[in-house]
Amino acid sequence: MALLQIFEPGMSTAPHQHRLAVGIDLGTTNSLVASVRNGVSAVINDEQGRGLLPSVARYSVDGPVEVGYGAQAKQSEDPHNTIVSVKRFMGRGLSDLQKTIDTPYRFVDAPGMVQIKTAAGVKSPVEVSADVLKTLRVRAETALGGDLVGAVITVPAYFDDAQRQATKDAAKLAGINVLRLLNEPTAAAVAYGLDNASEGVYAVYDLGGGTFDISILRLTRGVFEVLATNGDSALGGDDFDQRIYCWILEQTKLSSLGAHDVRLLLTKAREAKEALTKHPETAITAVLSTGQIVDLILTSLSFAGMTENLVNKTLSPTRKAMRDAGLGIEDIKGVVMVGGSTRMPHVRRAVGEFFLQNPLTNLDPDKVVAIGASIQANILAGNRSADEMLLLDVIPLSLGIETMGGITEKIIPRNSTIPAARAQKFTTFKDGQTAMMIHVLQGERELVSDCRSLAKFELRGIPPMVAGAARILVTFQVDADGLLSVSAREQSTDVETRVEVKPSYGLSDVEITRMLQDSYLYAQEDMAARTLREQQTEGNRLLEATESAVAESGGALLTAKELADISLAMATLRETIAGDNHRAIKMAAESLNQVTSDFAARRMDMSVRQALSGHRLEEIAASL
Amino acid sequence: MAVTLTSSAADRVQKFLIQRASGVGLRLGVRTSGCSGLAYTLEFADEFNADDIKFESCGVTVLVDPKSLAYLDGTELDFVREGLNEGFKFNNPNIKNQCGCGESFNV
Repeated sequence: MALLQIFEPGMSTAPHQHRLAVGIDLGTTNSLVASVRNGVSAVINDEQGRGLLPSVARYSVDGPVEVGYGAQAKQSEDPHNTIVSVKRFMGRGLSDLQKTIDTPYRFVDAPGMVQIKTAAGVKSPVEVSADVLKTLRVRAETALGGDLVGAVITVPAYFDDAQRQATKDAAKLAGINVLRLLNEPTAAAVAYGLDNASEGVYAVYDLGGGTFDISILRLTRGVFEVLATNGDSALGGDDFDQRIYCWILEQTKLSSLGAHDVRLLLTKAREAKEALTKHPETAITAVLSTGQIVDLILTSLSFAGMTENLVNKTLSPTRKAMRDAGLGIEDIKGVVMVGGSTRMPHVRRAVGEFFLQNPLTNLDPDKVVAIGASIQANILAGNRSADEMLLLDVIPLSLGIETMGGITEKIIPRNSTIPAARAQKFTTFKDGQTAMMIHVLQGERELVSDCRSLAKFELRGIPPMVAGAARILVTFQVDADGLLSVSAREQSTDVETRVEVKPSYGLSDVEITRMLQDSYLYAQEDMAARTLREQQTEGNRLLEATESAVAESGGALLTAKELADISLAMATLRETIAGDNHRAIKMAAESLNQVTSDFAARRMDMSVRQALSGHRLEEIAASL
Repeated sequence: MAVTLTSSAADRVQKFLIQRASGVGLRLGVRTSGCSGLAYTLEFADEFNADDIKFESCGVTVLVDPKSLAYLDGTELDFVREGLNEGFKFNNPNIKNQCGCGESFNV
């Protein structure tokens, strides 16, 4: 029987119509899925009781993709095909990737977004993320006992349009309906704001595996308003690992390591970093493929020393965000710590010194984003009244268009709350100009070449006029997910053109076809599993029916030989049900049907005889 | 006439009510819908209604409206874990048959 959950008053769903929704924190290092059940939000664990899913996928020649701890364990063994921290490559071209880390991957420079060559073919970051998301979706559906209506997926506040769109595409590929993309600090605020119901201005300091975000939020009576965001989309726990890794190389005078050894030492570096959150010192030992031995002691003091500039790198965006919000340190009521990297004691210390107060750490920094997202998902799925919480988010980077001379004209300034719509009037530059190129840009810099190009489109059919006479209204609209549509209209003729800003990484037709084919591949696996379940259920039903028939009338109607045949057929069926071959189950069920067909006929005769005996023909005819 | 909770169900409900930080108890009910005619409802209660029938079971206040009680009398609410999934289960002596998943039933 289906298991029920307690609903809010008046919000019970009709049978079979559960509005199951989850929040997903798709992280650089680890991902989580959480859901609100019985009015309480909690992270959904896997079968082993682990909440975190390492955002690692390993591709092999013929086997299925492996995601999570299993894949993570094979990082050193199979570095080319084990993709970690893929979030850094989302919506990014090869030229965008800074040389912050020695990745062992074989990159392929595809238009717009980089791709990675693996044993299972070339994979885009969208597909790798989709594999992680799919694992979480399956985990959630198993735990909640039904299909999801949708999910809220969190993204760093700093993600631009291409990165947000890439995240949405990954979700779609994983079969997840995205209810909304939510900025990670906003999700953390949702988790803290609801659980603690404390009002005021808060700073959310989020140092994850690969990204740093600082957000200044105001919480008033359940309303969350993001006052400012800033950060560094290429700074996180991985960089701390990298520092330890460099330190190991310096100490041991090692150089030119193979991909396998690089991965092994990076893993050792991460383990040392984690150990130093609880202990004053830790040992780093490893045997390299060359036979060289690494045996070092790292103290928390020297670790803090070698990573001091990384911690400082988080404080300058923090200062900028404070300036954007127009607030002083004394206005900050509390500092929320998010992300596993905030477990490092010297990070906590530095943040505490900056804000002149101890940061809040009472919720698990790894889980707080997923929990906030699940609370939002629960509302968006319609399980609570929507007016209960209004969520305001901001645009992380200014949006504008190119004007003459390669200058960016900002139309929606950064930190505007979304959804937002702004319009600005432009005019023609030359006499008789009948068309205008609208070049949509994202960024803070003045020159077009320094901003990110999002889209280009043309407004045609402007009536010939003297320069400066045409009135062209350009409207920018940003929806609740932070996605942009732009329209341009010449006001005297009402000629209009509009564009939905498509992801600038632009998947090619070939890629789309291949991705679709891959999803067909999954479809077959899914269907096979479903067929097996169906046959098992049918087989069990047949076994039960046969058992009760034999118990009821087997003694009277069956010979010893027939009974033995039936028992044998039942045993065979039982055996195949325990296996995973749906055809074998079907065949065993058919043969059981065959050996019982005479028995079934005799039972039918007997019940007809029983029904007729003692009645006269007239009575039966009358009753028909 | 009574509706009861098993101790594991009562523990859970109490925990959820504490975490929710409001509510006067648990409301059990029945409404017409579903593939077999009737369906259970299970909700937190924020207030008492005038005609509610109140039960105390293992320290939890259980509210049932009189119409639903006709279908629920003798029911025991249990909390069970089935693999990764966990939730509440109605053990209702009145039901004659139910749909495959047990979410709807008739008496």
